[in-house]
Amino acid sequence: MLQQFLHGVWRRLVERVDGPLLMFASLIMAAGLATVYSATYDTNDRLLAQTLNMAVGLCVMWTVAQLPPQKLMRFAVPLYVLGVLLLILVFFFGIKVNGARRWLSLGFTRIQPSELLKIAVPLTLAWYFHKHEAGLKVRHYVVACLLLLVPFALIAKQPDLGTAILVGAAGFYVLFFAGLPWKVIVGLFAAAAGAAPFVWTMLHDYQRKRILTLIDPTSDPLGAGYHIIQATIAIGSGGTFGKGWLAGTQTHLEFIPERHTDFIFAVFAEERGLIGNAILLLLYLLLIVRGLMIATNASTLFARLMAGSITLSLFTYVFVNIGMVSGILPVVGVPLPFMSYGGTALVTLSVGIGILMSIQTHRMLIVK
Amino acid sequence: MLARQSPLNSADRELDRFRFRVALAGIVVVVALALLIARLVHLQVVQHDYYTTRAEDNRISLVPIVPNRGVIVDRHGTVLARNYSAFTLEITPSKVDDLDATIEGLGKLIEVLPKDRKRFRKLLEESKTFESLPIRTRLTEEEVARFAANRYLFPGVEVKARLFRQYPLGPIASHAIGYINRINKRDLELIEESEKGANYKGTDHIGKTGIEQKYEFQLHGETGYEQVEIDAGGRAVRNLSRTAPVQGNNLTLTLDARLQEMAEKAFGDRRGALVAIEPSTGGILALVSTPTFDPNLFVDGIRTDDWDLLNNSPDKPLLNRALNGAYPPGSTFKPFMALAALETGKRTPGQAISDPGFFNFGGHQFRDDKKGGHGIVDMHKSIVHSCDTYYYILANDMGIESIARFMGQLGLGQRTGVDIEGESEGVLPSPEWKKRRFRRPEQQKWFAGETISIGIGQGYNSYTPIQLAQATATVANNGVMYRPHLVKYITDSRTGERTMVEPEPLRVLPWKRQNVEVIKRAMVGVNTHGTGARAFAGAAYTSGGKTGTAQVFSLKGAEYKASRVKKELRDHALFIAFAPADEPKIALAVLVENGGFGAQSAAPIARMVFDYYLLGKLPKGAAVEDDVEED
Repeated sequence: MLQQFLHGVWRRLVERVDGPLLMFASLIMAAGLATVYSATYDTNDRLLAQTLNMAVGLCVMWTVAQLPPQKLMRFAVPLYVLGVLLLILVFFFGIKVNGARRWLSLGFTRIQPSELLKIAVPLTLAWYFHKHEAGLKVRHYVVACLLLLVPFALIAKQPDLGTAILVGAAGFYVLFFAGLPWKVIVGLFAAAAGAAPFVWTMLHDYQRKRILTLIDPTSDPLGAGYHIIQATIAIGSGGTFGKGWLAGTQTHLEFIPERHTDFIFAVFAEERGLIGNAILLLLYLLLIVRGLMIATNASTLFARLMAGSITLSLFTYVFVNIGMVSGILPVVGVPLPFMSYGGTALVTLSVGIGILMSIQTHRMLIVK
Repeated sequence: MLARQSPLNSADRELDRFRFRVALAGIVVVVALALLIARLVHLQVVQHDYYTTRAEDNRISLVPIVPNRGVIVDRHGTVLARNYSAFTLEITPSKVDDLDATIEGLGKLIEVLPKDRKRFRKLLEESKTFESLPIRTRLTEEEVARFAANRYLFPGVEVKARLFRQYPLGPIASHAIGYINRINKRDLELIEESEKGANYKGTDHIGKTGIEQKYEFQLHGETGYEQVEIDAGGRAVRNLSRTAPVQGNNLTLTLDARLQEMAEKAFGDRRGALVAIEPSTGGILALVSTPTFDPNLFVDGIRTDDWDLLNNSPDKPLLNRALNGAYPPGSTFKPFMALAALETGKRTPGQAISDPGFFNFGGHQFRDDKKGGHGIVDMHKSIVHSCDTYYYILANDMGIESIARFMGQLGLGQRTGVDIEGESEGVLPSPEWKKRRFRRPEQQKWFAGETISIGIGQGYNSYTPIQLAQATATVANNGVMYRPHLVKYITDSRTGERTMVEPEPLRVLPWKRQNVEVIKRAMVGVNTHGTGARAFAGAAYTSGGKTGTAQVFSLKGAEYKASRVKKELRDHALFIAFAPADEPKIALAVLVENGGFGAQSAAPIARMVFDYYLLGKLPKGAAVEDDVEED
């Protein structure tokens, strides 16, 4: 009787969970926890806080996984509308921190609405294409593009290039998987390349500086180039086997900036070396491959588009973050999934993984 | 072939397209991650060594530990240069936020003069990153206490004990010992050239003159290092390792500090020089140049007013007259001339002339000091009574080439190679010298008439006191010539091993013993019944000497009367001597600028030096203070 009850609880607990996704994400989180500890223990220990963040993340992941995709679809429009409204509020009433208007004060706390759009935008676009699945016309792509551009522009204007890229990418991936014609894709990239000089003039000084310092970090070794230089020194000096956990000199002598958040990869690479990096990247690859498999096997267009977009967004996080920390991409505020310290990003990513799990574990029901 | 447009088919095609795009995305993902891996391999494998060095450079700061400078002592162990510890107030600029406010605040607590600030600013410009720089030196105990009580107000400021150079005897022997001073740009270049740059990290003083300069690399020692781990803010986190510095080597000089002091006092306030040499080794017993200066003034960066006083004084206290003053030797040249005559066979000792008191040559009359002449003069008498006519004739007979060759062998007109930098050459006149010296052809020609006054040490003749001392010592030593030197031995600070500065003969002049004896006997005659007899009356040892008077001002035939000539234009007085005559232990040359006759002012100084060195007797009324220590 008790056994039957426990069995029922267990079944209820695991039935909507995708084993491989959970395993890969958990392994990365474990590595992240160890790295956050190393990056913070000698100044301001964040181990407990990050453990709590991860616990919350796992709960969110599990909860989202319980919701069938059809239910998720219902959140699309309200979330999108709410998100855009909040972004407009931010535009007018946002709190200015370091020259950027990204936060909205709620009196007791403050929120960053752009984070919401990371999920709301692909959700809405996927819902939109799903709704018009029967007869997709050019205008549907145009509307989808507009649905993407509004929040993208509002976020880029804050300015928050990192989030704008992630939101834009998430939306673009939906369009891509929805069958955006190659001509348009090529045209878009050509237009982007053509617009680059204009965009350059529109960029904020600090953004321009980041791009310039990427080309030549030594041009400003104590200013904008400092982050890149110190991070590459940390990575390079880590060598093949790393300096050992808690033994990274660049980390513990505080040469790496933002070492528990955006630059946590430098800490990991310094202490774990190339071998650690290869394992970490392999875990990300496995996570992504699993996501793409889920997308391929998904039974509805919404599920396919959502799974594909979430998975490629995850990839975008990883690529942009490691690319910037290792000095091949400009510095933008993109965290490393499940590694960087911070609750918000972790929850967003957990929602994403939760949706993937939901899609994977609910597909039979829909096919039926 | 056209496909049928059924909805199912369309959905299938949609799915195919989706799967194709997923596969494409997968490929892009793999390629992108491969790109990241390639980048990481590049950083962590290919450039690993480079980045390791960068990380170490970030992390480790080498803090030099300056070694103690070697000590300089005289031949009896009297300390001439040593180090003492004093408190300095030092600021580490990298640890201070507002330097001006900090200095301002310190100024309220401890006297900080404008010159201190100025010096600090200068140091700041030249300083390395994590260095602490002195804002004040030589704090009093009270100042140290006052700062200690308020220390918490001044992060990045500390009191440190540093070693300073001190010359306990003050102005005594300052021209020989020299002094140290802050390293300047030229010194830095020199250090780089000698590839000693690493060893001078942290060192801020260097020997500027004298022994301190010449033996800089012996005295300096080896700089130690402390490896300090620093964080991104430049704060020292912990010490990693320490390599102790090696103290500089100690120098023991041939100099006798008491003799030196006595000799300097013997000059009184007269300008001049004295070089006393041990003939059998070339070791310098005393090297006097008056007036002297206090080298302690320089150690800490000399104050402008002190510098102006030294630099602008008409007496030129900074000029080392013993090495850099070139003077006509006057009659002190005669013994060397006589020896040249014997050695070249131009004269025998007994060959005599009749001296009418002048020598006519080419329509010009060269006069002797003594009106009416010395009568019959042989070689002995020519030296004892300093007969000019004898040497006019001799010079004419020998010819300038022959004279120059002999005097050149004796070291005259050449640097002696003494172990102090910047020695002058002097002038050994010869037709070749004239060709080098003058540009216009009519000036370049040597006239036979010019040879005549060369014979009595006038004319173009111009030698440094140290050259005359060396030549005298060589005669005293029967032709065995040594390089005059000040350092007797170097004591290795690590092993205690002594490296002797070996007194190797510079050259052995092949003089006939009996010829040298003739000259020596004549020089003894000078001191017993000749021009030096009065100065050496009652001496308890036999000595040889020769007086000399060098014209500063050509009287153009008018009779010289000291009282009628301004002091600056009065003749220089010279005296060369050695003693004891049969086995010389000391040989010297004395020069008193504008001192008049050598017998009058230079010879008595030689007497005092001999009395002291040979008998331990102090001159009457000129007691040397007995404050020199011995070990």
